[in-house]
Amino acid sequence: MAEFEKKGYPDGAEPELMVSHEDQIGEADTWSDKVKTLVRQNKLAVFSAVVIVLILLAAVFAPLVAPYDHLEQSLTDRLAHPSMEHWLGQDELGRDVLSRIIFGARISLTIGLVPTLISMGIGTMLGMCAGFYGGKIDFVIMRLADIMLAFPSLLLAMVVMYTMGGGLINIFIALSLINWASTARVVRSQTLSLKEKEYVEAARSIGVKKRTIMFRHILPNCLPTLIVLFTLNIPSAILSEASLSFLGIGAQPPSASWGLMVSRGKKYLFSEPWLCIAPSVAIMIVVLAFNFLGDGLRDVLDPYLKEQ
Amino acid sequence: MDFPVLRHFYSQMTEGKGGFPVLKKILKRILIAIPVLFGVVLAIFIMLRIVPGDPVQTMLGEHMDMALIEKLRAEMGLDQPMIVQFFKYIGNAMRGDFGTSYRLNRDVAQIIAEAFPHTVKLSLLAAAVAWVIGLVAGVIAAIRQNRLLDRLFMGCALLGVSMPVFMTALVLQYVFAFKLNWFPVSGFDSVNSMVLPAIVLGWNSAGSIARMTRSNLVEIMQNDFIRTARAKGLRETGVIVGHALKNAMLPVVTMMALQISSMLSGAVLTESVFGVPGIGRLAVNAIETRDMPLLQGTVIFTTILIIIGNLVADLLYNVLDPRIREGA
Repeated sequence: MAEFEKKGYPDGAEPELMVSHEDQIGEADTWSDKVKTLVRQNKLAVFSAVVIVLILLAAVFAPLVAPYDHLEQSLTDRLAHPSMEHWLGQDELGRDVLSRIIFGARISLTIGLVPTLISMGIGTMLGMCAGFYGGKIDFVIMRLADIMLAFPSLLLAMVVMYTMGGGLINIFIALSLINWASTARVVRSQTLSLKEKEYVEAARSIGVKKRTIMFRHILPNCLPTLIVLFTLNIPSAILSEASLSFLGIGAQPPSASWGLMVSRGKKYLFSEPWLCIAPSVAIMIVVLAFNFLGDGLRDVLDPYLKEQ
Repeated sequence: MDFPVLRHFYSQMTEGKGGFPVLKKILKRILIAIPVLFGVVLAIFIMLRIVPGDPVQTMLGEHMDMALIEKLRAEMGLDQPMIVQFFKYIGNAMRGDFGTSYRLNRDVAQIIAEAFPHTVKLSLLAAAVAWVIGLVAGVIAAIRQNRLLDRLFMGCALLGVSMPVFMTALVLQYVFAFKLNWFPVSGFDSVNSMVLPAIVLGWNSAGSIARMTRSNLVEIMQNDFIRTARAKGLRETGVIVGHALKNAMLPVVTMMALQISSMLSGAVLTESVFGVPGIGRLAVNAIETRDMPLLQGTVIFTTILIIIGNLVADLLYNVLDPRIREGA
């Protein structure tokens, strides 16, 4: 901050400028204002949101949208090339690739959304407690977070998968348990600064319970940051699942997991490349969409997060 | 006896003036890293031991003599309480002994020592790729801020960050190894065979380096000293290379060290696609063959590397940035 004051304001800018600036980002900004700003400023983020909604709908209504059953085999048509009936061809067991990708969206989105929500829930609780109570609680939680962050996440997930065995449910549990540490760090630092705010002090001085202060005053103020983090954590969870399944220690056949499809299609890369390219592109589209949306949301909701 | 030099050194170290508080900081950081290191080993140790089933039984198969199983268990120290096993493991690990692989029946440390150079080679090449592509793209994007080239490069960078490693690998394999036949499909013995894996692994980091270089450079270009440099008649290249880039590089340098973590994660995938006999493939093989000591050794080894990498990044930042060095 001192640095900033020394520099001063650019040519002739008076303090009035700061007031109007404050007005812009002040409390007057409601959620709908922020959405409007996003729509106005960042068309790419809005487009990504539309893509995400479409994929979500396709996943929910997969049996209606998919042209075929994703498990229906037809061994006479194995490795059939893309055609009018089967837009993305058929895999090594004659299953329709497009239908499998549509059903696979269910897996990827569930893995992206639910474990991320759970792990961020854990991270938020721990981070808030660490920041709010401080002292020993803070020390223990943050050292635990340090330990979690020291692991490369893929390797940690691999260890958990070794212990529990393969399968989607276990990926689910693994990703829920291991990704809380970064959220805890961010929430802790936010809690530390929010704790000093006048309204928290006011609440404390009239005898509001600590737990109430945390949930009424601190948590709502962390929410914008949490939404941004959530959007940006989804793609990494999706990529983790895809990577684990690709390595053969995640989803097991006949699951339509995209990572597993790539892994199974790898054998036919040079003769039927669409078998692994199509699900890869699906992964990429979903990941890109969430990244674009997350970037857009960050600019609107929490510009300071960028610096961390 | 009086040692004015030592006294001066000591007061510098303790009073927080001059360059010595860094030393204190370094010591503090190292001291913090030790319990983390300990915790990491403990976490892996526990996680791998709550596996259902007896490791000796899985090693020998179902129909083995009970007496033999008991004998082996005692030999491997598996009959002792977990806490004893843990401290034994720590003690041995400090002496470079990570146990014996169940499947290969060889020293884990030796297996890792054989695989590690491949991973290092791959990572260094990938880092070089990431640096060159990331820096050039980032600087150009910053100079051409909000113009076509900037948009193009930043789009590619985001693509780099969002593309699954295995997808990049398979696409490159298809195009450059199969269609154009420029490089071998897999293997890691000749220079030619290292090109594709290095690009694949570097691609992701290149994306984040480019993004970070661009945003730092854009911010720094608005500073007064840049205006001064321009005002004194320096050419634009001089301004960027001599003044802006030097300042923008700080966070990028430290990020590179932090990237070791994601690079080693990426190495797991890259190595398994291209058949590089490195640490990552070792870990995957260990899971497939349920070789607990080998998995334990590889994970603990890589994690220690990452902790050291982070420590170095932290210290580097302290040393490189005079503002932090002077405790401002």
